[in-house]
Amino acid sequence: MRLIRQILLRMLTTAVTLIGVAVIVFVVIRVVPGNPIAMMLPPGATDEDVLRLTALYGLDKSLPQQFLIWAGGVLHGDFGTSITSRQPVLALVLDRLPATLELSIMALVIAVLIGGVVALTGTRSRDSGIEAAIDIGNGIALSIPDFLWGLILILLFGVLLPVFNISGRITPSLPLNFVTNFYLFESILRGRPDLWLDLISHMFLPSLALAIPLSAIIGQVLKQSLKETMHLDYVTLSRTKGYGENHVILREALPNAILPTLTLVGVQFTFLIGGTVIIERLFSYEGLGNLAIDAVINRDLPLIQGIVILFAVIFTAVNLVVDLLYAVLNPRLRHG
Amino acid sequence: MSFLTIRNLSAELKGHGVPLLRRVSLQVAAGEVRGLVGESGAGKSMIGKAILGILPRAVAITGGEILLDGVDLLQLPPAQRRRRIGASAALIPQDPLTALNPSRRIGGQITDRLVDILGWQRARAEARARELLAEVQIAEPERVLRSYPHELSGGMRQRILIASAFAAEPRLIVADEPTTALDVTVQKQILKLIQAMQARHGTALLFVTHDLGVVSKVCQKLSVLYAGMVVEDTEVRPFFAGPKHAYSAALLAATPKYTDPAASLQPVPEAVIEAVRREVADADRRAGHG
Amino acid sequence: MADGRGTIRRRAGLRLWLAGGWLALLALAAILAPWIAPADPLAQDLLGGRLPPIWVRGADPQYLLGTDSLGRDVLSRILWGARIALIVAALAGTATALIGATLGLLAGFLRGWVDLLISRLIDIWMAFPPVLFSILLIAVTGPGLGPIILAIVVIDWTRFARVVRAEAMAQGAMDYVASARVAGRGRIGTMLREILPNVVPTIVVLLTLEMGISVIVEAILSFVNLSISTDQPTWGGMIAEGRTSIHQAWWVLVFPLIALFLTVLSFSQLGEGLKDRFDPVLR
Ligand SMILES: Nc1ncnc2c1ncn2[C@@H]1O[C@H](COP(=O)(O)OP(=O)(O)OP(=O)(O)O)[C@@H](O)[C@H]1O
Ligand SMILES: [Mg+2]
Repeated sequence: MRLIRQILLRMLTTAVTLIGVAVIVFVVIRVVPGNPIAMMLPPGATDEDVLRLTALYGLDKSLPQQFLIWAGGVLHGDFGTSITSRQPVLALVLDRLPATLELSIMALVIAVLIGGVVALTGTRSRDSGIEAAIDIGNGIALSIPDFLWGLILILLFGVLLPVFNISGRITPSLPLNFVTNFYLFESILRGRPDLWLDLISHMFLPSLALAIPLSAIIGQVLKQSLKETMHLDYVTLSRTKGYGENHVILREALPNAILPTLTLVGVQFTFLIGGTVIIERLFSYEGLGNLAIDAVINRDLPLIQGIVILFAVIFTAVNLVVDLLYAVLNPRLRHG
Repeated sequence: MSFLTIRNLSAELKGHGVPLLRRVSLQVAAGEVRGLVGESGAGKSMIGKAILGILPRAVAITGGEILLDGVDLLQLPPAQRRRRIGASAALIPQDPLTALNPSRRIGGQITDRLVDILGWQRARAEARARELLAEVQIAEPERVLRSYPHELSGGMRQRILIASAFAAEPRLIVADEPTTALDVTVQKQILKLIQAMQARHGTALLFVTHDLGVVSKVCQKLSVLYAGMVVEDTEVRPFFAGPKHAYSAALLAATPKYTDPAASLQPVPEAVIEAVRREVADADRRAGHG
Repeated sequence: MADGRGTIRRRAGLRLWLAGGWLALLALAAILAPWIAPADPLAQDLLGGRLPPIWVRGADPQYLLGTDSLGRDVLSRILWGARIALIVAALAGTATALIGATLGLLAGFLRGWVDLLISRLIDIWMAFPPVLFSILLIAVTGPGLGPIILAIVVIDWTRFARVVRAEAMAQGAMDYVASARVAGRGRIGTMLREILPNVVPTIVVLLTLEMGISVIVEAILSFVNLSISTDQPTWGGMIAEGRTSIHQAWWVLVFPLIALFLTVLSFSQLGEGLKDRFDPVLR
């Protein structure tokens, strides 16, 4: 009963959040001075043409009316038509989404790997010079945002030591006969190292730039949590059984130290996804973020709207997954 | 030959030189129960931790030896020392609520040492765990083995920890105030259980406690500790008849008697504290010169 | 323990000095830019484009850190760019702090429907991709200093609101607040006299961090060509230009990047250092 009420409440707040996001974007982008319709017509177009197209996109109606029409469409899976490319917004967005998802997930994997290693190393050598060095490194990694890391990585591994690609998602001359837009997953599943190596060479630096701040957060919080756990009685008891430091950290402390880290990583992962917007621009990576910035520059209202909503949906979905994971990993919640 | 022999064990707080243990010597023979008493902060737990190799990082052993079955643990390389302790000694901890890992099932926490350290087959270890739970009088052992700690009561968890301590048939068990964290009603049962298990398995037991009343019931030998120094090492029966050391006598006088709990509660007199402090300082000076 | 704390405090002290030192230097450079900049930051020298810094062969000693593709002096542009960076940091940071902290304080202390409303608003805001949101806002308002500050306030007020709300709630639950109320002080009076002083340290720390974030946001907006008008030298604008000519003239990217890096790092280290100072556990 309590569970059902919690789930309902959760769905309600999620709905309120998404509607709130939609309303705000809707209002903000319609304050845009200048008529986007006029921009998309050829120079010789008449006023009549402008009016006709304005009506076609529903921009002649009142704001609430426009919103209801738009929201009605969304409920049927219709996010409107892009003004610049004249294609359905949903199709455009879904086309680019896999690229951004792959980038974000790769960044998350890198962040968890680096952060995990850092936290475990720091815990093993706690209260030593190594831990102090790790703290300083974490502090710096944390205070520099992904945008700057991206630029630094471009300089280091794109120019000074050109081992990675710094532009695009894949080398266009490769045989690109993908069925889905999940290039990386697909090429790995199909066992095509020529493709996935090229993809990773393009994705590595942007995903590393996204990963560095998050890895520092994971490193810091997980290390702290591990250190606190290492003092607990059951960890000490396990030592008396004959287990060494590695086993004690990994098997006794880690499972309990992960929980407090998890919630935080969830929130931070949404920040990371938000960061793809500028990182994709920086690395000319053809994902959702790059599409979004183009849409803003071209005043493509329906497209902007669709993309922002999609981001909001992704963020809420990530939070939901984290909460579920938390429940699954916590034995106290799992067994009544 | 005693199973556990500690000789002149000294320990201090790293970097501060604050002595925590002062040339402690004590022995526990196979199958014998020795009580370790003293005021809070005297270093009782420190001795137990030193034996089991779980001293806090801030504490360093500065001298002496800890012989377990004739082998000095302090001379062994760390990995070997750990295995040796794991195979022949065990701890019954103070607080059953914090001594079990909340994210692991009970079964695994009893059998892990048997499988990982002693190399038993899993099936054999599990059978042993069931047997042990029956021994510590836990009903429905199957269900309990599959449970997580938070599903069980404090008394239940302490029974499990006792079972776990006896799992590998250790020759020595250190019990660090194993009943202080429990309900008064449960305390007696647990104490009886430890006594019964110790007798049945013939294990040497080092019993750390505040409570001389408990010592009189459970122990054969007794060490009294003050400021990390053993001030009296004796048999239990003559001790209760008449302790030799003034501090021990005061400690005994400070213990409530069942017959008249209120009347006997007198603090250790200042003069006695003064005397024993001087004694500690003298011993320190002698050790410094010698 | 005492030793450990001493080390931490000494390290925190050094960190504060280094960060503060760089920021003071930067502020000085920004104020004095018109006098110390060796060249007009906008003056183009079409024959002297992409000249390397003076320690590289082929340099012109007139241009210490080289020139960009239009022959503009990189050093002068960095000095003038510092002005905009610091102005944005100060104004946007302060404005964000004022608005965010006020909302957080109201939500955390008044509770009830005020809290419900503000919390919901925070939730909605957390579902926006911040960079995209700021780009969107600038696209709507058009470029300029005011719009940038507005955009930063709009995307970042939740940072203050969330933390201050939580602090105010914690403080509000303490005994001294109850006794102030019993002593007859009004709600708003209690909030301003009893709660506010206790959350000020937190606000100061967040403000310092927010200044660093503002510098970055401005750079990002310049980078996508949406910041201050294009005839003002900004670090982000220089970086955008440097990114395109990275293989021909690395210095156009590297020097403004170093300035940006040190500035952002300094603000955050200053904030962290202050946090340690204010934290009673470490004092
Ligand atoms: N982790 C630690 N770091 C430094 N000093 C410690 C640590 N743990 C205990 N001490 C010190 O060591 C001394 C002995 O502590 P110990 O825990 O052995 O006392 P005890 O006799 O077991 O007391 P109690 O009856 O309270 O359990 C005390 O003075 C204590 O302050
Ligand atoms: Mg103790």
